[in-house]
Amino acid sequence: MTEMSYLDGNMLDGPLRELLAVDLSAATGRCASCGMVGPMAGLRVWAHAPGLVGRCPSCAEVMLRLVRAPDRAWLDLRGATYLQVPMPTAEPFPRPL
Amino acid sequence: MSPGFQGRRRTTDPALPPGQYLTEDFPVLSAGPTPRVPLDRWEFVLATETGDEFRWSWAELMALPQETPTVDIHCVTRWSKFGTSWQGVSLDVLLDGVDTAADYAQAHSYGGYTTNLPLDDLRDGQAWVVHGYDGEPLPAEHGGPARLLVPHLYFWKSAKWVRGLRLTVEDEPGFWETAGYHDYGDPWREQRYQGD
Amino acid sequence: MTAAAPGGRVAAPLGWRVARLAQRRIETPTAQTLVLSVPGWPGHLPGQHVDVRLTAPDGYQAARSYSLAGPPDGDRIALTVQRVPDGEVSPYLTDAWAEGDPVEVRGPVGGWFVWRSEQTAPVLLVAGGSGVVPLMAMVRARRAAGSRAPFRLIYSVRTPADVIYADELRTRARDDFGLDVSYVYTREAPDGWRGEPHRIGLADVNTHGWPADLEPLCYVCGPTGFVETVADLLVGLGHPTRRVRTERFGPTG
Repeated sequence: MTEMSYLDGNMLDGPLRELLAVDLSAATGRCASCGMVGPMAGLRVWAHAPGLVGRCPSCAEVMLRLVRAPDRAWLDLRGATYLQVPMPTAEPFPRPL
Repeated sequence: MSPGFQGRRRTTDPALPPGQYLTEDFPVLSAGPTPRVPLDRWEFVLATETGDEFRWSWAELMALPQETPTVDIHCVTRWSKFGTSWQGVSLDVLLDGVDTAADYAQAHSYGGYTTNLPLDDLRDGQAWVVHGYDGEPLPAEHGGPARLLVPHLYFWKSAKWVRGLRLTVEDEPGFWETAGYHDYGDPWREQRYQGD
Repeated sequence: MTAAAPGGRVAAPLGWRVARLAQRRIETPTAQTLVLSVPGWPGHLPGQHVDVRLTAPDGYQAARSYSLAGPPDGDRIALTVQRVPDGEVSPYLTDAWAEGDPVEVRGPVGGWFVWRSEQTAPVLLVAGGSGVVPLMAMVRARRAAGSRAPFRLIYSVRTPADVIYADELRTRARDDFGLDVSYVYTREAPDGWRGEPHRIGLADVNTHGWPADLEPLCYVCGPTGFVETVADLLVGLGHPTRRVRTERFGPTG
């Protein structure tokens, strides 16, 4: 069972939306280790741990860590080079120059 | 408040650090896939701040004097377990004859996990590299072939699947210590998170 | 049905809301559907879940995630909860929680494992045990929206007595045009069943699913090992990983 003890990145939405106004589980992320691009919902999340650990489904490196204390939270995204978040259509920033 | 909800049993046993509850089973915590390390490829490496390395194969570890500590363990996720029985080698034995001016150690594991401790907390009968639990070989889900056992600190310091120690002059925070957890992690002072 | 985040994915930070038990339905010896009254509920999409939090008199708290079982009915939402024998939260919800008593809920959450009624592609739903709950929400939403998207549900259960929503699935398989339902029994099959009880395999997914060239969307929900097996089978049959959406269940309750 220990090899199977992870969950999907879907479950990150609730814990992350305590911090952010964006559903990051619906965002696309790029793994800093292997470069794979895919939905954050597709991360493998180890939740039986002192924090949530989201790993790349391709190379298993850590892309996201979230630790929640009663009065604080830590979000570590150093394992993700970017997040692409779907947004309502609006003028881009910076504006065309 | 949810009427009638008690949750897990919580006691005020004086052997329980603050905020902990007692458990009879042995929860498996894991931040990643369980590494599988064949014993003929296993090794433990102690590296000093000057680059000296001391290596033990599985057979060499087994040939060292063995101890059978029975200790209480305290996980930062709030469970504690009393009277756990282990078998392994004291860090005093492994550090014997190692010439170092380092004040800190960073334990590193098969699978990439790290955690940091003051070197003094690994001496004087406070820490072991254990390979047996309850008279049996340590199961992989609990850190086998071998894990660190430092029971006076929160259990995340007792690195599973331990592969070695790097002795360092500066304190170098490990996997959880860089993500909000306390640098030292004394359960009796409830040092769970940074600043506690 | 309203969506939590209709256009983009931007929504307000989530807080906890007070919910009270409005109704309890027994589904199987170990599963119950709990209807919660949640004033101000913002609506949700099929496949989303909620976090439920309990608070003891001394302030101790425990939270778990549960899938929403169907479209909201005004301020009312339905969860189907499988009782985990040694669990901390599910036994309270199924055995001790009384009508009118408060718990807290946070949600809806999860913007990926959802089906939207404007989607027209064929859909394959593969459920392991109580993993049927969010998939049933999709089946119910499909009918409620008048969708013509063809749906196939493969439902793996231990025994016939473990089938959640058994009567409703029987009725819908007859009345919901374009919905097929098939079962895999792992331990004990009903009388007259052809074949032996078995774990889900290639033949089940191949026979009762969609060919990959129809480009279906696949939703797989169940225990981690089950999801792993089915997702591997689907990818092996040529379904692109991006069209295989998974929701694994954790071991605690």
